[in-house]
Order: sequence, then C-alpha cells, then structure tokens
Amino acid sequence: MAYSEKVIDHYENPRNVGSFDKNDDSVATGMVGAPACGDVMKLQLKINENGVIEDAKFKTYGCGSAIASSSLVTEWVKGKTLEQASEITNTQISAELALPPVKIHCSILAEDAIKAAISDYKSKHPDA
Amino acid sequence: MKLPIYLDYSATTPVDPRVAEKMMQYLTPDGEFGNPASRSHRFGWHAEEAVDLAREQIADLINADPREIVFTSGATESDNLAIKGAAHFYAKKGKHIITAKTEHKAVLDTCRHLEREGYEVTYLEPQEDGIVTPEQLQAALRPDTVLVSLMHVNNEIGVIQDIAAFGELCRANKTIFHVDAAQSAGKIEIDTQALKVDLMSFSAHKMYGPKGIGALYVSRKPRVRLEAQMHGGGHERGMRSGTLPTHQIVAMGEAFRIAKEEMASENERILMLRTRLLNGVSDMEEVYVNGSLENRVAGNINISFNYVEGESLVMALKDLAVSSGSACTSASLEPSYVLRAIGRDDELAHSSIRFSIGRFTTEEEIDYAIKIIRENIGRLREMSPLWDMYKEGIDINSIEWSHH
Repeated sequence: MAYSEKVIDHYENPRNVGSFDKNDDSVATGMVGAPACGDVMKLQLKINENGVIEDAKFKTYGCGSAIASSSLVTEWVKGKTLEQASEITNTQISAELALPPVKIHCSILAEDAIKAAISDYKSKHPDA
Repeated sequence: MKLPIYLDYSATTPVDPRVAEKMMQYLTPDGEFGNPASRSHRFGWHAEEAVDLAREQIADLINADPREIVFTSGATESDNLAIKGAAHFYAKKGKHIITAKTEHKAVLDTCRHLEREGYEVTYLEPQEDGIVTPEQLQAALRPDTVLVSLMHVNNEIGVIQDIAAFGELCRANKTIFHVDAAQSAGKIEIDTQALKVDLMSFSAHKMYGPKGIGALYVSRKPRVRLEAQMHGGGHERGMRSGTLPTHQIVAMGEAFRIAKEEMASENERILMLRTRLLNGVSDMEEVYVNGSLENRVAGNINISFNYVEGESLVMALKDLAVSSGSACTSASLEPSYVLRAIGRDDELAHSSIRFSIGRFTTEEEIDYAIKIIRENIGRLREMSPLWDMYKEGIDINSIEWSHH
C-alpha cells in the first residue's frame, strides 16, 4: 500500500525513540496494544512540577503507521499540560498523517497511549 | 544491480524472454492468430497444431498423456473445476471431503462453498513443520469420503507434502485425489504415471509463463470424470468451454519445456542462493524458519524476525520486493492463517517475511538483501518495546494485553 509522505518521514526519521526510567516519579508510562494484534506502543512522558510535559519518548512494535503515529504524538505533547495533552484525538493524528481507513486503529492506539500515560501519572500522584 | 530486488517469485514470476518471444508469434495478422477450433481453414489448423504441441510439452513435464491436460485460466480455476466438478460428479459415493488448513484460498473457499451445499469437510491440521502425515489422512478417510484435496507445495512456507503416500491411501479408499501443484511444477519432479493422483492443478505464471493460463490434469487411467463448471462450445472434451487462448497456451508450453530442460541445474543454483541468504541472517538472535527446512522447495524461505512487526519490516526493506505474513493492512488484523495453522503464535506470525528466489536472482542481490535485512532488523528492534522486554527477561505471554 502507499504511505503518505508524512508517515514515511516519521517512519524513516522517528522522533524521540527511547525510554525513561519508569520508576522515576516524574515519568509517566503508557503501554497499549497487544503483540497478537500486531502493535504495541509504549509512550513515556517526563512531567515537571507544574504538570507540564517536558519531554516524551516512545518505542513501538507495529506497522509504519503505528510507528509514525507514536512519533508524531511525542512531538505534539511536548510543552503541553496533562490536560491539554489529553485533548489530542485520534482524528487529529490520522488527519495529520493522512492515514487510510485500515490504519485508523494506529491513531486510536496513539491516543490511548497518551491517556494510559496520564492515568499512570495520576496513580503515581493521587493529589495532582 | 537494479532496485528494488524482486524476491517474490512465489507470488508470480516474470515471463521468460524466450517464452514472450514465442507468445508474440500468435497474436498479430502476421502471426498465427487463428481460433484453434476453426476446422475450415489453415488459420485454425495452424493454431490447433500450436495448441497440440504445447499440450504435449506440458504433459511431458509431468509424464502425462496430452489428452489428460485441460486448459483453464489458472490454478484457481483448476482448483474450482477439480473440487466442485469431482464432488458433484461423484456425489453418490458420499458427501465428505478432506483438505488441510494450510491450503490455498482457492481450495479452502471452494470447500466452504461445498459446505453450504451440504458437504461435510474435514480440515487437517499439519504438524508444526507444516507437513500433513499419511497417518493423519488415513485417520480422516471414511467410506463416504468422495474427495481429498491436498497441495503439493505450500505457497507461504514452501513445504513439500508426501503426495505419493496420500495417493495410495485415497486410491485404496476409492476416493478422488486432487493436488494443487501451482507451486511445485517446474520446481520438483512430478510423475503422474507413478503417482496415484487423479486431478492436478497447474499455473503458468509461477514458472515464467504468462498470467491468465493454467491447466488441470485429469487422469485417464483410471478415468476421472468431472461436472463442467463452464458451459458453452464443449471445448476441452466438454470439461471447460471457451475459446482456447493460443498465445497463452503456446507460452505455457514453452515455459514447461524450458522447465523440463533446466529444472535440475536451476534448482541447484537457487538452493545455493537460498542457503546463502539463510546463513546470512540466521546468526541474529530470535530468528526462526517457518516450516520444514528439509522438505522444502529450493526457492522458498519464510523467516520470522521476532519482536519486529512484518509490515514495518517490509516498509524498511523497500529495496526488496518480499511479502509478509503480517496482515496489519487488512481490517481483520489477523496474521497469516498458514503460520497460525502450524502453531506459530501471533507475534511470530506477525513477524514473518517470505523470501522467494527464482531464475533471475543473482548472488549480488542476495548479498545486498542480507545487508539491508541486518541493518533494519537492528534498527526496528531498537524501536520495539517487545525487544526491550525480551532483553530484560520479561515473558511477553505473562503480560495481560488489552486486545483491541
């Protein structure tokens, strides 16, 4: 199938690949998907005391669109508050990357990864 | 070296230039364009002679009588004609059919269709190496088994089935035996005189002939009858009506002639290339060959690179034309049913790549392929959370994944 230029760009030059120490209190980790379905995304956010996302990293097992979706999300969340980040939707992601209908699930997974990371942060910081 | 490198010969092959040259002589006003069924003039006679010669060349490769060859549009049609045709014609014997879970869709979907007509189908599950044992077939055969359809060589994993043994069992049970030989003809020896096979499907475009032409071998001794699926002018002894496409038939004949002549030396060369490819990648960690390596056609190797998803690997290997057992592109997200049937878990099935090597593959191409496979497996694993877990010693199956 043909991929959009943006997908190919993110796939060939993925932004922010890597990991933070998941036991660090300022790090939120969201892991979504399943190997059996062909995609697993791990998104990690580094959050400062003001609740702003200072840095983000990802690792993804999945097709090119899944890798591109997670790479894009790491760019988008940086500098955002948790609340702002939680407003990113799969439609925004799929529109930016021009994902075809069969790849929409990749953008849904990326949205889920943000939500999972935020909920991980909230469980680490119940008072936040 | 031209990029991308074609390593998908199991999907289709280019037409051999010698074949194309022959084919072109049967199309234009200057060529032999006649209808082989025209009996009243030389245009028809010449076309008929060309078809007769091609029929002999095809029969020759599989040690058959030319009268046992029925031309079709390809292996899918041959499978349909064989399975529906025999199941209907011999319905009095019973309505039980045996096939295997790893068959081509042309066989499986045809069997599904017969199930809707009231036939009962047993789907044999191959061993982990992809092989169906004669014991499995023996245990499934019943007095009312009208038809057994098992492939010679699997299209995804290239394993070779023991059709000689299956034939003995079917003949003893008075059951019609059909073999899909689309992936084996021209690659391994087929002797229809020695094999107890009643029906056998062939395709031209898997062996350097054109697309759109195939054949069904229909045994004369013992005589096998079929109910026609295509009605009309009564061509091909009433089994398959429709004007014979002379140019395609001539091309298929030439492709089969070349195969008979060159098969032995070609196989040796292709096997050498495959071994080179396999040796070039198999020292990496977590690399698995899918299907038996011993009972396998020379040109096929199907490898799972664990913790790397197949489709992203195909994307990374954009300079290689290969196919993946991952199905991220399909809405179903189901990985290869063949790999699932031989007991590969979903991760390994999603991580699989089929490389198929053929007549025009060179050593230089294989070396280049090895280089870019190694580079990209490393890169994608660095990006894979599953690879991290494996490296940390975490068992992926111990995690509760949210299936979506």
